Amino acid sequence: MTATAEAPAKAGAVPSMTVTLKILRFDPDGLDGREPGSEYWEEFTVEAHATDRVLDALHKIKWDIDGTLAFRRSCAHGVCGSDAMRINARNRLACKTLLKDLNPSRPITVEPIKGLPVEKDLIVDMEPFFASYREIMPFLMTSGPTPERERLQSPEDRAKFDDTTKCILCAACTTSCPVFWTDGQYFGPQAIVGAHRFIFDSRDEGEWDRLEILNDKAGVWKCRTAFNCTEACPRGIEVTKAISEVKRALTTGNV
Amino acid sequence: MATEHEFDVVIVGAGGAGMRAALESSQRAKTAVITKLYPTRSHTGAAQGGMAAALSNVEDDNAEWHTFDTIKGGDYLVDQDAAEILCNEAIDAVLDLEKMGLPFNRTPEGKVDQRRFGGHTRNHGEAAVRRACYAADRTGHMILQTLYQQCIKQEVEFFNEFYALDLILDGDPQAAGEDGEVSVSGVVAYSLASGEIHTFRAKSVIFATGGAGKVFKTTSNAHTLTGDGMGIALRAGIPLEDMEFFQFHPTGLAGLGILLSEAARGEGGILRNSEGERFMERYAPTIKDLAPRDMVARAMANEVREGRGCGPNKDYVLLDLTHLEPAHIDAKLPDITEFARTYLGVEPYTEPVPVFPTAHYAMGGIPTTVQGEVLRDNTHVVKGLYAAGECACVSVHGANRLGTNSLLDINVFGRRAGIAAAEYANATDAIPSLPADASAGLEQTVASLRATVGGDGTERVAQLRRELQETMDMNVQVFRTAESLAEAHRVVKDLQERYTNIAIHDRGTRFNTDLLEAIELGFLLELSEVVIAGAEARKESRGGHYREDFPTRDDENFMQHTMAYKRADGTVELDWKPVVVTRYQPMERKY
Ligand SMILES: Cc1cc2nc3c(=O)[nH]c(=O)nc-3n(C[C@H](O)[C@H](O)[C@H](O)COP(=O)(O)OP(=O)(O)OC[C@H]3O[C@@H](n4cnc5c(N)ncnc54)[C@H](O)[C@@H]3O)c2cc1C
Ligand code: SF4
Ligand code: FES
Repeated sequence: MTATAEAPAKAGAVPSMTVTLKILRFDPDGLDGREPGSEYWEEFTVEAHATDRVLDALHKIKWDIDGTLAFRRSCAHGVCGSDAMRINARNRLACKTLLKDLNPSRPITVEPIKGLPVEKDLIVDMEPFFASYREIMPFLMTSGPTPERERLQSPEDRAKFDDTTKCILCAACTTSCPVFWTDGQYFGPQAIVGAHRFIFDSRDEGEWDRLEILNDKAGVWKCRTAFNCTEACPRGIEVTKAISEVKRALTTGNV
Repeated sequence: MATEHEFDVVIVGAGGAGMRAALESSQRAKTAVITKLYPTRSHTGAAQGGMAAALSNVEDDNAEWHTFDTIKGGDYLVDQDAAEILCNEAIDAVLDLEKMGLPFNRTPEGKVDQRRFGGHTRNHGEAAVRRACYAADRTGHMILQTLYQQCIKQEVEFFNEFYALDLILDGDPQAAGEDGEVSVSGVVAYSLASGEIHTFRAKSVIFATGGAGKVFKTTSNAHTLTGDGMGIALRAGIPLEDMEFFQFHPTGLAGLGILLSEAARGEGGILRNSEGERFMERYAPTIKDLAPRDMVARAMANEVREGRGCGPNKDYVLLDLTHLEPAHIDAKLPDITEFARTYLGVEPYTEPVPVFPTAHYAMGGIPTTVQGEVLRDNTHVVKGLYAAGECACVSVHGANRLGTNSLLDINVFGRRAGIAAAEYANATDAIPSLPADASAGLEQTVASLRATVGGDGTERVAQLRRELQETMDMNVQVFRTAESLAEAHRVVKDLQERYTNIAIHDRGTRFNTDLLEAIELGFLLELSEVVIAGAEARKESRGGHYREDFPTRDDENFMQHTMAYKRADGTVELDWKPVVVTRYQPMERKY
């Protein structure tokens, strides 16, 4: 008589439905008679609840139908940045996209994010993305002796860069950017977000080092303000606004 | 053939504990960090509410009060010397992070702001105190990002998406005895991208692999928290300490387990039952909704079981934030209120949020000294082997961890382990050599799992995992009895048997996550057995472990740590280890 603590997995009466996922697959190994490196579409149909996420549907496929389907995931609630993918032609996190918010009467298309080399199915090589991040020196730079206690910062100064501290490095913005798709040199929006987080931090003294990097030919001036990045960001970061603040700092010389 | 590497220090895990260790170790010795996830994907990033330190930035506080709260909150199973270190070093731990650039919320004077959290009190229980340093409800995210940024600055060498799966020691820790010596020689890892096996020779190894929440179904933990480090240590003959103590966090989103931080109650949120009653007034009259987690979780489960649950199935209670100003909610709790909107379609400004306890934190783990050295029995260490963070048990959390003490733990003991491991490495002449067959065990495991593809195996990994998690939720959650535990034990034994007959789908070499899920399930099955065995033997109720058939704490027989050993024949054997008491004698835990 202890089963009373059972978790309420079936909270309420959530309607169940049948959904079809059409997934763009990539097979690096060449299994089942395919050429190594084959790319192909495959459809799977699963039973799901309207409140399920796309990640739940992918898990149903992987766990019950085809274990070879490969994708990254960890936290399952939109905070680790593992599972950015193109869902119905838009970059989103699979764990933050509810099936009910997609049109379930048509197959849901799922593809890897664009502009980074595909490794297997929905997994891409993230190295170039992280390399751009590293390049903008994403760490606090200060001079002078380290203070005993904390560096003071007013709530107002703290608020200036709050938005860009939320970034989870998911790459949804960068891989939604048409300039990034065509120009392999461009840092991409995330790197600018990462730089913004420090440039506008009142404690930081490295703003001109970073601004100089972003002023470079691979930097902010490549941005054509397509707004895709802002729409794609699962953290609701106003990416385009951050980019324009960086541009303004460069033109006015004021941070 | 395995690719070989050699380092002075190898750190397994790149969450808060692993990266804090790496910042120290890489300044002193040649260091590698092996991590199955990209560092910024680690679950430290999911931590929300705060990190405790008696900074006294907003009201009077001190490390001694914090120590007392930690010990009392842990129901006197805390090693008091370790708790003193934790709370004394807390202040520098927070200040260090601030100096690294962590964007804490600020007071009007510009200092690090602090807020209330469960079990943290002024002057030994008088009233709740503002001790938790925070950055909105994304404190863990900021810690993880800041530590990663510092690792970039220091050019720490990472092996991303490498799964450490074997620990190599130069002897059997269970055979070493009083006078013998056992030292670490390295680890064996599997590269997700290539499917290749790599060996890492090292003078020191630090395990910082995080928790094991996936033994349960309803959990705040990530899919990847499968207790690998604990499982690897157990298989290598190292005991695990206090594994029966698992924390169930009161406020998981009902049905999903996604966490809503205790900060919600710290900022004024109230738990209500179906009658609208603030039921915590009955269970903890002084600090009410801010009582320690085990008490609140049991109170909630009790309300549900006595018929005062909410919703169509009366199976959850409500977290009410509707009396708070929306602007206050947006400033202090933006993420968790968004979780409620996104995943349950509930608007917290105007509607209370359905919540139920969710498996959250492993108080137990790999036993260590306060320097992070891993113990092979009650007193002897394995030389060169360290552990820190949630996979370790120092023990600063005892039978129940206070909120905000884990982010503190990973920083304080991550730092200590990093320094100790590097110093040990620097005092050791040569990098140990690995036996010729060091990688053979893992190669064999991988080959035999690949060979199950298309074979006669009839069991599926996902199905076994589901059954495991269901039995653990049903029988080993906030209420436990001899019968429920016996049932869980039987199911787990059966699942272990069935595990030998699994078949996977993917025979590929590149990004074969199918294969790794099978290996991770192996750890979950072994660890569940240890949790259950400990819970069966502990015939008392203390902190997170509540036996309905033994509802009170029994200091005479059980004020000691459980030490679980896996013997060569596969059986789990339990022993006990005394609790370190410095100045706080056990007293009844009332709030
Ligand atoms: C939702 C949530 C909210 C929380 N909020 C708070 C809070 O407000 N305050 C607080 O104090 N605590 C909080 N906690 C607890 C705290 O966040 C964790 O206990 C802590 O972050 C654990 O850190 P860690 O470094 O030990 O492990 P993790 O951050 O989980 O990192 C584990 C690392 O190990 C690696 N790893 C695992 N297995 C292997 C392997 N086989 N090979 C190689 N690498 C491996 C992973 O890649 C990862 O890098 C919260 C926990 C959760 C789940
Ligand atoms: S800015 Fe947004 S979309 Fe871009 S990486 Fe960060 S979180 Fe992802
Ligand atoms: S799985 Fe972590 S963001 Fe989706």
